[in-house]
Amino acid sequence: QEKEELIEEWQPEPLVPSVPKDHPALNYNIVSGPPTHIITVNGKECINFASFNFLGLLNNEKVKSAAQASLKKYGVGTCGPRGFYGTFDVHLELEERLAKFMRTEEAIIYSYGFATIASAIPAYSKRGDIVFVDEAACFAIQKGLQASRSNIKLFKHNDMADLERLLKEQETEDQKNPRKARVTRRFIVVEGLYMNTGDICPLPELIKLKYKYKVRIFLEESLSFGVLGEHGRGITEHFGINIDDIDLISANMENSLASIGGFCCGRSFIIDHQRLSGQGYCFSASLPPLLAAAAIEALNIMEDNPDIFQTLRTKCERIHKALQGISGLKVVGESFSPALHLQLEESCGSREDDVKLLKRVVDYCMNSGIALTQARYLEKEEKCLPPPSIRVVITVEQTEQELDKAASLLKEAAQSVLN
Amino acid sequence: INHIVHNGGLYKRPFNEAFEETPMLVAVLTYVGYGVLTLFGYLRDFMRQWKIEKCQNATEREEQKDFVPLYQDFENFYNRNLYMRIRDSWNRPICSVPGAKVDMMERVSHDYNWTFTYTGRVIKDIINMGSYNYLGFAQKTGACQEAAAKVLSQYGAGVCSTRQEMGNLDKHEELEKLVARFLGVESAMAYGMGFATNSMNIPALVGKGCLILSDELNHASLVLGARLSGATIRIFKHNNMQSLEKLLKDAIVHGQPRTRRPWKKILILVEGIYSMEGSIVRLPEVIALKKKYKSYLYLDEAHSIGALGPSGRGVVDYFGLNPEDVDVMMGTFTKSFGAAGGYIGGKKELIDYLRTYSHSAAYATSMSPPVVEQIITSVKCIMGEDGTTVGRARVQQLAENTRYFRRRLKEMGFIIYGNEDSPVVPLMLYMPAKIGAFGREMLKRNIGVVVVGFPATPIIESRARFCLSAAHTKEMLDTALKEINEVGDLLQLKYSRRRLVPLLDRPFDETTYEETED
Repeated sequence: QEKEELIEEWQPEPLVPSVPKDHPALNYNIVSGPPTHIITVNGKECINFASFNFLGLLNNEKVKSAAQASLKKYGVGTCGPRGFYGTFDVHLELEERLAKFMRTEEAIIYSYGFATIASAIPAYSKRGDIVFVDEAACFAIQKGLQASRSNIKLFKHNDMADLERLLKEQETEDQKNPRKARVTRRFIVVEGLYMNTGDICPLPELIKLKYKYKVRIFLEESLSFGVLGEHGRGITEHFGINIDDIDLISANMENSLASIGGFCCGRSFIIDHQRLSGQGYCFSASLPPLLAAAAIEALNIMEDNPDIFQTLRTKCERIHKALQGISGLKVVGESFSPALHLQLEESCGSREDDVKLLKRVVDYCMNSGIALTQARYLEKEEKCLPPPSIRVVITVEQTEQELDKAASLLKEAAQSVLN
Repeated sequence: INHIVHNGGLYKRPFNEAFEETPMLVAVLTYVGYGVLTLFGYLRDFMRQWKIEKCQNATEREEQKDFVPLYQDFENFYNRNLYMRIRDSWNRPICSVPGAKVDMMERVSHDYNWTFTYTGRVIKDIINMGSYNYLGFAQKTGACQEAAAKVLSQYGAGVCSTRQEMGNLDKHEELEKLVARFLGVESAMAYGMGFATNSMNIPALVGKGCLILSDELNHASLVLGARLSGATIRIFKHNNMQSLEKLLKDAIVHGQPRTRRPWKKILILVEGIYSMEGSIVRLPEVIALKKKYKSYLYLDEAHSIGALGPSGRGVVDYFGLNPEDVDVMMGTFTKSFGAAGGYIGGKKELIDYLRTYSHSAAYATSMSPPVVEQIITSVKCIMGEDGTTVGRARVQQLAENTRYFRRRLKEMGFIIYGNEDSPVVPLMLYMPAKIGAFGREMLKRNIGVVVVGFPATPIIESRARFCLSAAHTKEMLDTALKEINEVGDLLQLKYSRRRLVPLLDRPFDETTYEETED
């Protein structure tokens, strides 16, 4: 009887709290038509500085015709995971091509970019293992670490001295308990070009630390694949490092390759394990063949035109220089990074007000024909929340006039809104 | 609850689900089989370690030999010694549309499945009983494919941005309105991957201080989503309503484990059709329980949307219930719609909240436009809005195929699990050797089947799983049934003693839940 009363009295919280109508992330921009170089946002035609279409392959006719051919042969979906009749010859071909391009032994494809690193990390790192990760790591890495239940140790962004300090501390711990240390695996997870700050990671020092303290390195190359390096092979080519020194490289195909999905590449010893224990690989349907065919064609274009990488880098440096000196906004990111952030030099006090102010800058630019967006984060879920910023993305399709126009428009916007 | 009655009462139609008991002799022989394999496994490992046998695994780099080993030896014992022997039953590469008939690339292995080589020949016209193609929308010609081709040439293949930034196309808005109308809910939101829909949205809905009651046999994506959310998880026995009710009562009466504070929310996670068992969730009873104890229901219709129900609208339609009773309706587009991705449908507040706080909306790229178009065209076809009756005909064809196939297999004497109306048909094999043998024999006879063993199923309950499709004609089913009959006689698979034990008569025991804390 008491129990009946308790059951009657208990009131749960509503399933979801209500969201205020003017929440900045609630009202999406509606893009009519393809999100290519000239984009129609909310009815206005603008030049696209917000989509990660670095090599301009989204609208490429060869890529589209390869995808069309695949659509005529296979239809759209694969109707099954890789283990149960979902492996198509296109998938096998794409994996071979990626492995050959990156000069590793093997590659494995996932059907969703976010799931790539979020499934790769828990496949190797389990409860009791130790992972050293940069503070500015992207959300997908954070979710992968959470799913792995390992001990996470954050080191300050790009600060090798801080990382070494943590590694030394771990070493002294190990000497107290050598039996445990012999079975505890250690990993460092870093990104090539950081999505949240636009900085590059100091890979040569990391390699030295790797061999000194016997830690494995997992490298996330979503922004740097197809951008850095002479042939677009990423940060290992940029620094001239032997690719076998990196245990696992993971990247998503949604930026430079203008497709959907992601891949991991490395030695067979490491990659083969994911075929049975990568959750996003075993328990999920495989990549639709038309997207795999689009990725293969995009790879072909990358291999045939190695000079687009240098063109992209020159454009990045040009706009990086042009955006210096805007009153009220500072540029965050390397000069050759195609995804920069513009942050407020002085905050207004609260994050909400900063976001509102930046929205006014973005709206001013959109009204005058340049499409920009604010970088979106889940404020309560991020471990180290970056400050609000405007994301500026440079692609090879933008002409020099357009770059200059964007820079001057941003200067104007900052002047009128922030002063 | 006293008003649980098979027919009448909550159920408007008979609910026939059965899981025949494993025959004792078969169980013993299966254990013996695994025992022999394990012994041989140890022997082979021993020989490999002492270099008597060549080790064909990939190995660690010379420079990294003194690092902590990446894999423990025991972890891969099953992989090396059991899985490797029958590895050719999985990951079979195909090179055509995954429709009712499929072309497979022939592959051979000269070193007992350690490596495969492709002979270059293609085995044509294999009857496909393995792909999740319930309504036959995996086609390379037809209205859906043409629409997708048009959108592909207009929009391109990728999107290169997230939903909250610049990736929200007008096509996505159109899709979401259509899905909401199809399901009969206020609003819906679509995501690029079905697995990610679960693992990224459950953490947004519940957190610490909430309770999740999850079915024993839930899919890996639901389990991962529940773990990532940080809520307390309790598991109830598969499709067992007494177990669920006991957990609900205990939860409300006793509150949180140590502090005795009341739970913030209780979320029940169930699936429409369980793909390994072929069972259908007892939805009318779950909804009655949910209303009585004021908890929330999350229904994962990955396999049941499009496949059940007189108009193809899933398990809610099958039972004739009100879609608004289910708080969160989730499903995937991979199975019945021939595309990729997932969706969540529900009240407008729920979807607004997910638009703002879902991990996928903020960080993951949005869906590819041709895939979206395929879904839009196939949903319109199922609803009949494209002006034809093709959709309705397919739904009916699937239901007929299901009943016919299941009836014939039961008559032949195989043990078939699950509900009479579910298009997923598990046929029990039990013994480890028969897993590989069944897959290979069926392939020799030009029929492609899926076989599953440990760890996807309990260790002695390995099975072959057939997925029926509206694209299968009666002739194809008859051919398949003939071959299954032959192979069944060859491998002695006809275990059934016709002692069908209806599910509700199973004894209810006290061990109803295990608590897992993160």
